[in-house]
Amino acid sequence: MSGTTFAHAPGFVAGDRPQIVTSRFAYDDSHTLERYLATDGYAGLRAALGRAASAVHDEVRTATVLGRGGAGFPAGVKWGLTPQGKFPRYLVVNGDESEPGTYKDRLLMELDPHQLIEGCLIACYAAGLSQCFLYIRGEMAVAQERMATALNEAYAAGYVGANILGSELSVDIVLHWGAGAYVVGEETALIESLEGNRGMPRLKPPFFPAAIGLYGQPTIVNNVETLANLPWLLRHGAAEYTKIGTPTSPGTRMVAVSGHVRRPGVYEIVNGTTTFRDLIYGEEFSGGIRDGNELKAFVPGGGSAPWFLPDQLDLPFEGRVVGAAGSMLGSGAIMVMDDTTDIPAAALTLTRFYAHESCGKCVPCREGGTWLERILSRIVDGQGTTTDLDQLLEVGESICPGAFPHASSERLDLDAVPFPYKMTTICFVGPSAYVPVHSALTLFRHEFEARIVRRTMIPVTAMAGGSQ
Amino acid sequence: MTATHDPTTDEAVAEGSAAPEPDVNAVSVSLNGRVISATKGELIIAAAERHGEYIPRFCYHERMDPVGMCRMCIVEVDTGRGPQLTPSCMVTVTPDMKIDTQSPTVKRVQEGVLELLLANHPLDCPVCDKGGECPLQDQAFSHGPGESRFVEEKRHFEKPIPISDLVFLDRERCILCDRCTRFADEVAGDALIEFTSRGSDTQITTFPDEPFASYFSGNTVQICPVGALTAKPYRFKARPWDLEQTESTCTSCAVGCRIVVQSSHDQLLRYQGVDSDPVNWGWLCDKGRFGVEAVNSPERLTAPLVRTADGLTATSWNAALGAVADLVRESLTAGGPDSISVLGGARGSNEDAYAWAQLAHRVIGTPHVDAQMGDGLPVGVLGLQRATIDDVASATTVILLAPDLKEELPVLYLRVRDAAMKRGKRIVELTPKPGGLSKHVWRSIGYEPGTQVAAVRAALADPLIAEQLASGPVVVVVGRANLAESTAATTRALQAILVAVPGATVLPAFRRGNVVGALQVGMRPGVGGADARGILQAAADGKTECLVVVGADPLADFPDADLVRRAVAGARRVITVDTVLSATSQRADVVLAASGYAEKGGTTTNIEGRVTQLGQRVTATGTSRPDWMIATAIADLLGTDLGFGSVADITAAIAEHVDGFAPVTLTALIASPDGVLTAAPLDLAPLDPPEVQLPARNSYDFRLVVSRKLYDDAVSTRTNASLAHLAAGMTAHVHPLDIERASVVPGAEVRLSSARATIVVTIEPDPSVLRGTVWVPFNQPGGTIGELIDSAAAVTDVRIENL
Repeated sequence: MSGTTFAHAPGFVAGDRPQIVTSRFAYDDSHTLERYLATDGYAGLRAALGRAASAVHDEVRTATVLGRGGAGFPAGVKWGLTPQGKFPRYLVVNGDESEPGTYKDRLLMELDPHQLIEGCLIACYAAGLSQCFLYIRGEMAVAQERMATALNEAYAAGYVGANILGSELSVDIVLHWGAGAYVVGEETALIESLEGNRGMPRLKPPFFPAAIGLYGQPTIVNNVETLANLPWLLRHGAAEYTKIGTPTSPGTRMVAVSGHVRRPGVYEIVNGTTTFRDLIYGEEFSGGIRDGNELKAFVPGGGSAPWFLPDQLDLPFEGRVVGAAGSMLGSGAIMVMDDTTDIPAAALTLTRFYAHESCGKCVPCREGGTWLERILSRIVDGQGTTTDLDQLLEVGESICPGAFPHASSERLDLDAVPFPYKMTTICFVGPSAYVPVHSALTLFRHEFEARIVRRTMIPVTAMAGGSQ
Repeated sequence: MTATHDPTTDEAVAEGSAAPEPDVNAVSVSLNGRVISATKGELIIAAAERHGEYIPRFCYHERMDPVGMCRMCIVEVDTGRGPQLTPSCMVTVTPDMKIDTQSPTVKRVQEGVLELLLANHPLDCPVCDKGGECPLQDQAFSHGPGESRFVEEKRHFEKPIPISDLVFLDRERCILCDRCTRFADEVAGDALIEFTSRGSDTQITTFPDEPFASYFSGNTVQICPVGALTAKPYRFKARPWDLEQTESTCTSCAVGCRIVVQSSHDQLLRYQGVDSDPVNWGWLCDKGRFGVEAVNSPERLTAPLVRTADGLTATSWNAALGAVADLVRESLTAGGPDSISVLGGARGSNEDAYAWAQLAHRVIGTPHVDAQMGDGLPVGVLGLQRATIDDVASATTVILLAPDLKEELPVLYLRVRDAAMKRGKRIVELTPKPGGLSKHVWRSIGYEPGTQVAAVRAALADPLIAEQLASGPVVVVVGRANLAESTAATTRALQAILVAVPGATVLPAFRRGNVVGALQVGMRPGVGGADARGILQAAADGKTECLVVVGADPLADFPDADLVRRAVAGARRVITVDTVLSATSQRADVVLAASGYAEKGGTTTNIEGRVTQLGQRVTATGTSRPDWMIATAIADLLGTDLGFGSVADITAAIAEHVDGFAPVTLTALIASPDGVLTAAPLDLAPLDPPEVQLPARNSYDFRLVVSRKLYDDAVSTRTNASLAHLAAGMTAHVHPLDIERASVVPGAEVRLSSARATIVVTIEPDPSVLRGTVWVPFNQPGGTIGELIDSAAAVTDVRIENL
C-alpha cells in the first residue's frame, strides 16, 4: 500500500494527490503558529485584506466552494443570502461533527487549527461578519485544546481581534463547547444551543440562519472543512482551485472510510472523480476488504445516507451522481460492511443511535424513531413476526411519506429511487432513523425473514385437556 | 426552549384576528382548488380556518409564537416547486401559493402523526378530566387512523405529580406540544417549567425545589391539548358533557376578563378564559380562574342576620328589611340625611350600584357615598381622556404611575408585558417599589414616597425620555402605588405629565371588580359629600347615625386601621350587605345576605369603561338576594318606588340616565360580547389635589411603602380553599444593604414603629426594595400594617428596631 501514515496524526493517510486542506498534516508540529507561519500561514488572509471584500467574495463564488457539512450548498452563494443593511451579522462555525463514521473536521481542528482560524477571518472579511462563534463538539477534547491554544497564539500575534494586521477588519472569535447532542450538528439547533437553549432545530422557513439566525441576526453557518479551504483558495486563486476536481464539484474533499477495510482512515481526495471502488479497494486508499472478504454493502455518506451495494462501486464520489443513484454524500463518510455483517443488527445499531439522539421536538422522530428501534431489536432478538417487517415500513412512512430513496440492485432486479425524500420532521434526525431500516429491509429482506420465528398455531382442542 | 422573536408571526397574530376586508394587504391563495383572500403575514393555518378549512393542530395556539412541534398541521404547499410538506402553523401565505389540506399524502401524514402521538399515550380517557373536551381525543376521532398497531409497552412515569399548589402534571398523557412551557416563558414571563431529557424520554418538569408558582398557572391547564395538566380545584369534579355554561366577565379585579362560567347540577365548578380580543386574549389569572371556590365557600351567608341579645341571628327577609328601614328612619330623625353614609358597591354589578346610588342619593338624600375604600384615587381621574387596554398595547410610550400590575391587575400585566416584549413598546415606570414589569420596561425610575412629583418632573426633563414621549401616542396607567402615602402626590404627578404631554390618555389602574362602574353610575360623593376617608372620619368623630356598607369590608381594606376601627365603633348603627360574615359585618346591627358571583345577572364596567354582561349560572345561595333587589326593597319600605322590577329595567335606566352609558343597551351588549365602551362621565369633580406637606425626614427612619399582593387576606381569598394558603403572610422587606444599616438580623422579628403605633414583624432582605424605604404587603395574614398608617398624612415614616 502506498499511502503514508503519521504517528502524530492517527487516522490520516496521505497519498500522491493534491492537498488543499491537509498540506501540513505531515508535520508533527502542524498545530503551532510557528509551523503555520513557516508554511504560508496567514498569507491567504493578507491576500484577502489587500483586496476589496466584494472581490474576495467573488473569488469564493467563482471557485464554487461547496459546503462540506452535508448539504453541499456553495459557500459563496450562502454568504450572499444575508439581508442588506442588517447588522451585526455573525459567522458560526459548525464544528459539532457527529455523523456516524465522520471524523474529518476533528483532524482539521486538531492538526491545523490556524488554517481554520484563517478561514474564519477570510469569511468574515468577505461577507461583512463582525463576530465568529466556533462551536466544537463536546467530546473532542484534543480539538478543543488545540483550537484554544491556537486562538490564544493568534490573538497575541494580532491575527484575531481589533484591526487585524493593521487593517480595518476587527473580528473576535468565541469558542463554544457542545454538550453532547448529535442534533446540534443541524445548523438551527446549533444556534439554539449557542444561545443557551435546548438544542432543538428551528423551522426553515422562517428561521433561515442567513436571515434570522443567532440572536435573531443574519448568521452564516459554515462547516469546518469549508472554511479550511479558504486560505489555499486566496493564496492560489479560483482558477487554480477549479483546476482540481470537476466543474460542478471543484477542489478536494476529505473522506473518512471506516468499517471492514484493511486501512480505515481519512483521505483528501480529488472532488468528483474518485470512485467508491478507488476509495475502498485502491492501494492509495483503504486497500480493500479485510481478511480477503467480499463487500456486502456500504454507506456512502455518513450514517444517515441510504446504503449502496457493490453494484454502485464504480460511481464517482460526486453529489449529483450519488443523489440520482438513491443516496447522498452527506458529511463524507464511507462505512464498509463485508459479508460477515449481520445486516439487521447493523441497521439496529444505526437506528438506535438516531432514536437516542432525537431531540424530542417533532413527534414522528421522537415516537417513530423509538418505535422503529423497538421493533428492530425484537426482530434481532429472534422475537419478531412477519407483520413486524411491514410495520417497520409503515412507521417509516409516517416519518417520510411517499417514495423513499434506495440503490438499484441487479440481484433483486431493483431500480434506484433517487434522493431526496419527503419528511414530516424539521430536520434529518427522524428520517435518518429510518434510513438504515429501509435500506436493510429493501436490499436484504431475506436476512430479516430468516430471523422471524415461525410459530406453529396450537389447536385449541390440544390445550387445557382438550375440552372447551 | 425560548421561542425566538419573529416579527412576521407577531404581525400574523395581530392581523389574524382582524376582520377580513379587501385591501393592499390582501393575498390571493388557492386552498384546495378554491381561491381565497388571505392577509399578508397571515399563517396558512389561520387563513385556512378563517375560510372554513380546519387544519388539525396541537402545538399551535393563536396567541403564542408558533413552534412547529407536533407536525399535526402539515399540509401540502406548492409555491412553484411542486407540493412540499409544510407545517401550516409556521409558514405565512404568499401570493398564488397552492395549499392542499386534503391530499392523500396529507391524510397519510395526519394519520401517521396521530398514531405516533397515541403510541405512548395512555388510553385512560374514561378517568381523564379532559375526556370529552380533549383535542387529542377529538382529532384522533376526526383525523386519526382508527386503530393502533403499537403492541409494545407504553412509556411509564409516576402519575400525577404536583408541579404547584394548583396544578398536577401527568407526564404519561403529555404529548410535549410546548404549549404550557411556551405560555410560562413567553406570555407569563415565569419560565418555571421546562423540557428535560431528550428524544422519547423528553418530559416536562419544574426545576428542583422551584414549583410552578405562577399567578397564571391555570392557563396552562386550559390550553393543554390533553389531560396532562389538571387543576386541583376541578380534578374529578365533572365530565365536560355534564357542564352547562354561561358567558360572563370575571370581577376579581377590574380588568374585566371574559370567561365562561360552568356548572353542573346547579353547582359552580369551573371558569375558563374566553378569547376577548380587546381585553384578555383568553388568559386569566389564577385568582380569577379559581375564584369559583369562594362562591362555593361554606362560609357563605344563607339568610339575613339581625343583632339580638344572642348576637347576630338568622332571620326572615321581612324582619331584616323591616329592621333596616327602622334603623334608617331612626337615623334620619336623629341626624338627618347627612348623618347617614353609604360605603361600597364596587364588588357588584352596575345595576346593583345604580340601585344603591338611587337609594342613597335620592331616597335617603345623603351625599356621603363612596365605592372606593380609601385605597384608590380621587374619582376625578375617571373624567380624564380614557385609554383602552388596546391603546396601551399600541401606544409608542406607556407611563406607569401605578401599583405593580402583576399583583393588582394581572391580565393587564400580561398585555403590557406583551406590548413591551413583542411589540417593542417603550415603558417608563415610576414606582416606589419595582415589581413584575420592572425588568421589561425601557426606564424604571424608583422614587421615595413623597418625591413622586419631583421624580416625574425630572423624568419629563430628561431629553431622551422627552424625545420618546414626543415620538407618538402616550398612555399613562395611573393607580395607587403606595397605600401609606396620600393620593395628592400621584394626582399631582399625573397632572404634571398631562401638562407636558397634552395628548396623553389615561388608563386608571383601579383594582376592585366593578369600582369604575360603581363610581360612574353614582356610588360616589354627591355635592358636598365626603369620600371614604371623610365618611370614616365623621363616623369616628361620632357624627354618623348610620353607616351602610354594601359588599365591602372597610375593616380589612381601608389602609388606616385605627381610623376605620374607630369609625365602625363610632357609628351608631351599622348595616351591611355581604356574602360572608366579614370583619365589618361581624360588627353590624343587620347583615343582609347578598347573592354572589354567577348567582345574578347584570353588567359590569372595567377600567377602560367597557361594559360587559355578567351571566347568572346558578341559583343563589340560601335565600340571599342580589344587591339591587335589596336596595329596591329598602327604598320601597322607605316609601319610594324605584321602579325596578328586573335587572333589565335597571340596565335600561342606566343607559337613559347615566352620562356616557347611552350606548350600553341590552341589544348592544348581546350584539357585542366583547363589551360596549362608555364615554367618560361629564359631571365628575375635577382633580384638585392639595399641596403635599412632607414631614421632616429623619435619617434614622425608613419611608413606608405598602402595596397589595395578588393573594392576601381579603374575604374572596380567605374563603377560597385552594388560594387561602397562597397568601405570603406579613413580612417587612428592606434592601439587603439597609438590613445592615438598621442593625437587624434577616428573618428575625423586629419592631416597626410609626408616629401612630408599633407592630412586630419579621424582616427580610429584598433587593427590589429601594434604599431607605421599607415595603410591607397590605392585608396579609399575620398582622395589620394599617396600624402604622395615618391616612391624613402625606407619607408614613417608620423606625426599625430590634426587639
